[in-house]
Amino acid sequence: MKQSSGWLPGFSRRNFLRLGLTGSLGSLFGLSAAHGRVDHGLHTGGMTTVGEVDHRRNGFDPHALLTDWDGGQVSWLPDGRRLREYEIVAEDREIEIAPGLFFPAWTYAGRVPGPTLRATEGDVVRIVFRNQGSHPHTIHFHGIHPARMDGVPGAGEVYPGGQFTYEFEALPFGCHLYHCHSVPLKRHIHKGLYGAFIVDPDPARHPEPAGAARSRLLGTPENARWQEMVMVMNGFDTNFDEENEVYAVNTVAHAYNERPIRIERARPIRVYLINVTEFDPINSFHVHANFFDYYDHGTTLTPTLRTVDTVMQCQAQRGILEMSFADHEPGLYMFHAHQSEFVELGWMGHFGVA
Amino acid sequence: MSTARYWLHWLLPPALLALAILALLQSDWLASLGVAPAPFEDLVVERVVLDEQGIALKYRVDSPDPVTIVQVQVDGAYWRFTQQPEGPLSRGEAAWTRIPYMWVAGDAHHLTLVSSTGATFEHTIDVAQATPQPTPAKFGAWTWVGLYVGLFPVALGMLCYPALRRSGRGVIDFVLAVTLGLLAFLLVDTLLEALEQAEQAAGLFQGPLLVLLGATAAFVGLRAISGGGPDGVSLAWRIALGIGLHNLGEGLAIGSAVAAGEIALGTFLVLGFTLHNVTEGIGIAAPLTESQPRLPTWAGLAALAGLPAVAGCWIGAYAFSPQFAALCLALGAGAILQVLMDVGLYLHGRTASVSGLTTQPLLAFGLLAGIGIMYATALLVSG
Repeated sequence: MKQSSGWLPGFSRRNFLRLGLTGSLGSLFGLSAAHGRVDHGLHTGGMTTVGEVDHRRNGFDPHALLTDWDGGQVSWLPDGRRLREYEIVAEDREIEIAPGLFFPAWTYAGRVPGPTLRATEGDVVRIVFRNQGSHPHTIHFHGIHPARMDGVPGAGEVYPGGQFTYEFEALPFGCHLYHCHSVPLKRHIHKGLYGAFIVDPDPARHPEPAGAARSRLLGTPENARWQEMVMVMNGFDTNFDEENEVYAVNTVAHAYNERPIRIERARPIRVYLINVTEFDPINSFHVHANFFDYYDHGTTLTPTLRTVDTVMQCQAQRGILEMSFADHEPGLYMFHAHQSEFVELGWMGHFGVA
Repeated sequence: MSTARYWLHWLLPPALLALAILALLQSDWLASLGVAPAPFEDLVVERVVLDEQGIALKYRVDSPDPVTIVQVQVDGAYWRFTQQPEGPLSRGEAAWTRIPYMWVAGDAHHLTLVSSTGATFEHTIDVAQATPQPTPAKFGAWTWVGLYVGLFPVALGMLCYPALRRSGRGVIDFVLAVTLGLLAFLLVDTLLEALEQAEQAAGLFQGPLLVLLGATAAFVGLRAISGGGPDGVSLAWRIALGIGLHNLGEGLAIGSAVAAGEIALGTFLVLGFTLHNVTEGIGIAAPLTESQPRLPTWAGLAALAGLPAVAGCWIGAYAFSPQFAALCLALGAGAILQVLMDVGLYLHGRTASVSGLTTQPLLAFGLLAGIGIMYATALLVSG
């Protein structure tokens, strides 16, 4: 016996009308929700986590994390090359990944993802890694380096209380990552030991296409025009069933849904997108009402995919997205994984274009 | 032994026990055994209500450690929700959560409650349909269902009484044997149903032991008030009570299953229960052949045996909890056991004097027939 349920005519239509009304009024008066929190249900219809994450207690804020480039301690070597020195400490730490929901993470520098290391092609990178966690860990960089710097068991694995110094030349330019390569691998990665490693191209080595390398190079006027951000797509298995209960970019579920990423309309956007999601074969990025050029691994200066609105990545795959909202009207533009499952478990957000 | 020594012997064990408890609380030698378990969280969903506001569910914490539900997923999506009362729930504490979710009639929905530690608790709504609201019309409809599966068949069975009275002794003995078989069937059926409900209840209620307690209490209680040897009329009353308690359980089962969307209450199912219960009326009438009860007595017997089904339907549909259902069914089982013994004694009293070779196989056949009829008619509603 099927019953038509009463809320169809009463509850939802009335709500949809109300939402439609606030939506049109909002655009009429040029209101932007980008300044504050999005009204629950405005764009998600009730599909959301409930409450607020205490970013202060977590020690990191997903919004600050977007542009928190870490260039390290810079000095110059006798041979004229630039040296970037870092010190990274691994520690166990409980982090709030969704409001009220705590995850016993293993972290680099107390945050998930770890610090976004940013160097320029050809720089010498030296990382002093100290392990204050409860298990052996490594830092395995995706990049070019000698075997003994690989950051795997037998080459740079650090036991609790120990220390190791990784040193290599930052190559090739692109959007890379680092992660722990101790075993069991799945656990060490999904517990939170990963981060972004961005190598900007050296314009002197890549004159063509003109200006492309300079626009990537942090600190140049060409680069300052861009609104750059790093997004690490991750997931958390809170009940140890090898399936993620929470998906996010930069750890906190729905963080950019609660508070959209503020975008200046006139300036182009560059997203350093990295997938470290464990347990699922792929993750993806989709933006609403816009298209982007995609540079797989970021290792080229011409796009590997042009004019797409969705891109997928396997674990450790990454790339650079470039897009512009210059010709769009202001408003909220959603972005999310285009696996609906991930969307509804936390991996969605908004660009608040103003 | 002096009075002082007498009391000393009573007081010494509890005093020593108190000392032992104190010593245990003061010491920490259990810690050296590693007896410091990680937090263990568990909860049991007791009730689900689907209406135009969405989904509401009632759950009870069933673990020594408190549980804080911080997020709720419906079909693998985080959803807005409000919990009453808010915050952490300690052992045995229950709360209602309301989720404004547009459930789909006829579909299954999977709910996942996520605790602050990331533990998850799942509950599946097998077939979503609007939970019956206690409107006068619905209340009336449930009353009719209760009457139809409870009172109506019992009264129908009683209509055999004039024929029964005109029958010979052998027929009546046979019918009593059938009644015995019927009661045996109901005893096992009720007990199984009670244990099944007990399994759904939170572990802290210790369901199976609650069933044992309830059944024993009903058995002992009825025995105490039934007094001397069983005569026909008082036996009929007690059979009616036992069957009434069973029908209360049956009503609970029907009401709750329909409310939970586990079964669709079709015409066939109602008819099945009705047919299944006709035999109960005959069973009540069987011991009355030597007395001539008046109409009010008949009405009273029918009401006692049949009306609890109505109450069962109401409670099952609107205020169901598995531990309550288990207790009701356990009381029924205890009552039926007691009646089973009475009918057995009554039959024994009637047949002992004429014990012959012919009567015994007849009784055995009657007993088997009673169980067989109940089994066959139960096929209509089992599944």
